[in-house]
Amino acid sequence: MAATVVEKIFSSKCGRDVRAGEVVMAPVDGAMIHDITGPLAVRVFREMGGERVFDPERIIMLFDHQVPADSIPAAENHVFMRAFAREQGIHNYDLREGVCHQVVMEKGHAAPGEVIVGTDSHTCTYGAAGAFATGIGSTDMGFVLKFGALYFRVPESILVEVNGSFPRRVGAKDLILAITGDIGADGATYQALEFVGETMRSLGMAGRMTCANMAIEMGAKAGIVPPDGTTWRYVTTRRDIEAFDLASDPDATFAEFRQYDVADLAPQVAVPHNVDHVVEIDEVAGTAIDQVFIGSCTNGRFEDLAEAAEVLGSDSFADGVRVIVVPASREEYMKALRAGLIERFVEAGALVEAPCCGPCMGGAFGLLAPGEVSLSTSNRNFRGRQGSAEASVYLASPATAAASAVYGEITDPREV
Amino acid sequence: MRAWKFGDDVDTDAIIPGRFLTIYDPEELAKHVFEGTRDAFARRVKEGDVVVAGSNFGCGSSREHAPLALRGAGIRIVIAKSFARIFYRNAINTGLLPLACPETDEIHDGDEITVNTAEGWIEANGKRLPIEPVPDFLQRIVDAGGLVEYAKAMDTVETCTGSQR
Repeated sequence: MAATVVEKIFSSKCGRDVRAGEVVMAPVDGAMIHDITGPLAVRVFREMGGERVFDPERIIMLFDHQVPADSIPAAENHVFMRAFAREQGIHNYDLREGVCHQVVMEKGHAAPGEVIVGTDSHTCTYGAAGAFATGIGSTDMGFVLKFGALYFRVPESILVEVNGSFPRRVGAKDLILAITGDIGADGATYQALEFVGETMRSLGMAGRMTCANMAIEMGAKAGIVPPDGTTWRYVTTRRDIEAFDLASDPDATFAEFRQYDVADLAPQVAVPHNVDHVVEIDEVAGTAIDQVFIGSCTNGRFEDLAEAAEVLGSDSFADGVRVIVVPASREEYMKALRAGLIERFVEAGALVEAPCCGPCMGGAFGLLAPGEVSLSTSNRNFRGRQGSAEASVYLASPATAAASAVYGEITDPREV
Repeated sequence: MRAWKFGDDVDTDAIIPGRFLTIYDPEELAKHVFEGTRDAFARRVKEGDVVVAGSNFGCGSSREHAPLALRGAGIRIVIAKSFARIFYRNAINTGLLPLACPETDEIHDGDEITVNTAEGWIEANGKRLPIEPVPDFLQRIVDAGGLVEYAKAMDTVETCTGSQR
């Protein structure tokens, strides 16, 4: 019987054919916890009578939202989590490696066919590795820490086929913003997004992660790119695993089928205060900005920083614009350092911060005052997300962010 | 029960902003619920009031602080046209009852509401509106009093492979 990739993953986990709509108590391959939502998960685990976690090797712990600690309560959370890691024998990446989703991917904790959960809504990023990965709350995670399994309703899938070559300075972020604008903030609730087509195959892992990352912005439970040579090269250099085939059957049942051709795609911008309020850049070009943030689990990788640096060229950032660059991980930071990108950003006037969630989480640093305007390469522009509820956040690609930072207003990167 | 009416796409950053996420005590969180987006709520909400919203309530971040903040403010029931998936599970798990009702446009801010989950309806403005049943596997968690109580009673779970964990 024909099946989607997601149905195949759950069928494999359960040892029998399962289909969309079924509710299963599925074993999980990996569970990620961080400094914000982890402490509550640990408390719940204890309240549930948990003594030993189901398997310390399948738990990924790190701190990324408030690092280095920005307050005494944040520092206490870190201490609390470190003690739990020691007690349980869990490897703790602590605050050394970077943003959780980047670290899970680059340390080889996600592979095709796996079921992974994390106490962070952008856990869906690991769909770029061909895994079924989804964000859960802390109480569900307490249950996972104890039992290593969780109830899942196997989701239907929306098939998104993307073809064509991107125009100059248009890329994965513009594509996923366009898709988000079309599907809407709840258009994929309880469903999975499966990304296929020649454009997806031509994208590297960085671009695929950008797309899978934003599946949640459409309400999706997961976003998945079926594995190909690019996926397997990435995964097998990080983990001892044999490649296998995993794709939806041609006659599998999909909830919906959407097609995109990116050949004529313009840079896209999500305007305040919803991620699905997406317009072409023409409509907002010229909007004055106070802050630009280049980073996050959506766009903080080397490829994103290189895209921004290419647009920046030998220019400087505009007076009056604060430019905050935060590489997504230590590995990405090192790549950018060696390529000279960090030097270029600092020379141009940026503040380069150590790998973390940065202004995206609206707590640690880089908060906006009432009336201020930010352009961000992150994933959410909700009212108050990056500081004052009276501030405005626009979301765009690293290329658009760099062009805008140079001119001090939202600027089409194709025109600089 | 007084209805506090909200629109579509109420996100969890609006329910409880990121800068308060080092707080875990529901009553402390409740002091900051909807801070910046609807400041009067925290000051005037009363035990047993009901939050009523449009579609996609609780979208965005997976922070469980959101249902905890609402619980701390005395809210036990949220009624919306639809819920974001993670919030829905978090609410069930933490003892906040999310009720899906396609006709929340009929309910206005300040309305008195009667809720009858056993018979599956709510009443406001003299109109009786149907609510959708909670899925069976989640109703068992509601009946247990939340996921903690549900899990306390178990030493192992039977997974879909048939094995015990």
